[in-house]
This record gives sequence, structure tokens and C-alpha cells, in this order.
Amino acid sequence: MVQHLGGHLDASFAALSDATRRGVLEQLGRADASITELAETFHMTLTGMKKHVGVLERAGLVATEKVGRVRTCKLGPSRLSGETAWIEGYRQLWSSRFDELDTIIEELKRKENVDERKKRR
Amino acid sequence: MNARKDGEPKPTKNRTTVEAKSEREVVVTRTFDAPARIVFQAWTTPALFKRWWVPKSMPLALLSYEADIRVGGGYRLVFDVDGTKTMAFFGKYLEVTPHSRIVWTNDESGEDGAVTTVTLEEKGDKTLQVLHELYRSKGARDAALASGAYDGMGETFEQLDEVLVTPGGTS
Repeated sequence: MVQHLGGHLDASFAALSDATRRGVLEQLGRADASITELAETFHMTLTGMKKHVGVLERAGLVATEKVGRVRTCKLGPSRLSGETAWIEGYRQLWSSRFDELDTIIEELKRKENVDERKKRR
Repeated sequence: MNARKDGEPKPTKNRTTVEAKSEREVVVTRTFDAPARIVFQAWTTPALFKRWWVPKSMPLALLSYEADIRVGGGYRLVFDVDGTKTMAFFGKYLEVTPHSRIVWTNDESGEDGAVTTVTLEEKGDKTLQVLHELYRSKGARDAALASGAYDGMGETFEQLDEVLVTPGGTS
């Protein structure tokens, strides 16, 4: 998986792998919030929340702005709402499932072709 | 969004799309380069189904799979969760129409269980597969979207996560 890194989508998926971060996105989908508020909502330390917000920010899912001493977070340019984010994760699961199904289908097709040829002989 | 731009020598795959059709529904579509009967065979032959239902990227190991694929018949999938617990998914088939349609219930979450319908439609030498999940409520659908998908992918994501969180790890 590591070789796929660098893609924006991969950063998004990685950012979304964590329940807290998905919660943060949902929360920000409702209203902008400061890091302190987010830390309180998710019962975490400020440092812990800063780290999560940093991951979301690098993925473009969250944008932050510092006004005075308060850093406000809002949904970023990637604009993945909570629901879109869930759907992307869900799609990833079905996509890998169906890619495996593709392999099986190719096998079945090959087998069928071989059987056909045998019959004709 | 094209995720495969970085010169990966992978063959072009058909794309899987997901759409939240309504508050209680999710629709997953995918085309296969094969006739419907072959796709149907891969769905309804337990030995084959076992090989694709749990993708390699999924950290869960499938311990057992039993299925009596006919109307009224049941299925049961048992997964190993980190070697200490097992997790079962089960339900029964409401409809099994060769080469075109399979409908089953998902009873592991009790009352909230979704009904899944897979339809196969042949288009030339390809088959359009539509998987439709109907949940009892928006809450049940959201819970499935949020947890179901990610729980399976968790470990893979966590590995990526570590790389991203480590300073200098982002490429």
C-alpha cells in the first residue's frame, strides 16, 4: 500500500481510518469549531487533537485559521462531508472485493475456453 | 478522481461506484467483462465466493462459510478477529434467480438488518452488476457505512496512517 502514497485520495483514506477524525469531520460538517472545542467534544488532550487535525489538514479535508489565540477548524477544500467520507471507505471495501471477484471470473472464463476446446477436439 | 496516475502498471479495472440512493439505501455498481452466468457462478459457488468476499487487504480471516443458496436457505460467515474473538454474519436467501438476481437478509444486527439485492444484467459481452442494500433506517445505514466498511479495512489504513503521521513520512 505504501507505494500508493502521495495520491490525494490515499491521504484522505488514511486520514479517515480513525474514528475520532471521522467524528471531527462530522462535527465540522455541522459547524466550525476551535481545536479546544474539538478536544473537549472528543475527550482528548489538546496535543492529541492537534495531531488529528494536522492529519486531516494535510489531506485537505480540514482547513484551519488562527485568529488571535484561537485556531478555528472548518471543512477543507476536499469538502468530504461525513457521509461522503463514509461512502468512500465503503466503496474502497467493495472495490477491492470486486477486483478479487474479477480474478475469479477471469479464471472461470479461461477454464470455460479450455473446456470448449477440449469438447471440439 | 483518478487515483491511479502515478505510473502504476496495473491493468485498467472496471470502476466500482457507490451511491447513497436515499437515506436508507446504498447502491454499489460494477461491470464485469464476462457473461452473467459466470458472474452468477462466482457468487453462488461457496468455494469461489470464499476466495473473493474477503479481499487480501482485509485483516480478517474467514474461518468458515456455509451457504444453502436457494429461497429460504441460509448462509453463515464466521471471521476471526485478532485471534481472540469470532464474528458471524448470517441471514437467509429471499430470492435466487439463476444468472440474474440474488436477494438475502443480513440478520446479524437483529431488527436493524439490511436486505441486499444483487442483480446481473448482461450488456453485450459484459455484465452490469448492481448491489443494492436497503436498511431499516437512516441510522442503521449510517452505522453500516461508518463502521462496517472501515472495520474491515482498519489495519491497512492504520499502516498508511503511521506513515502519514510520522514526520517526513509523507511523500
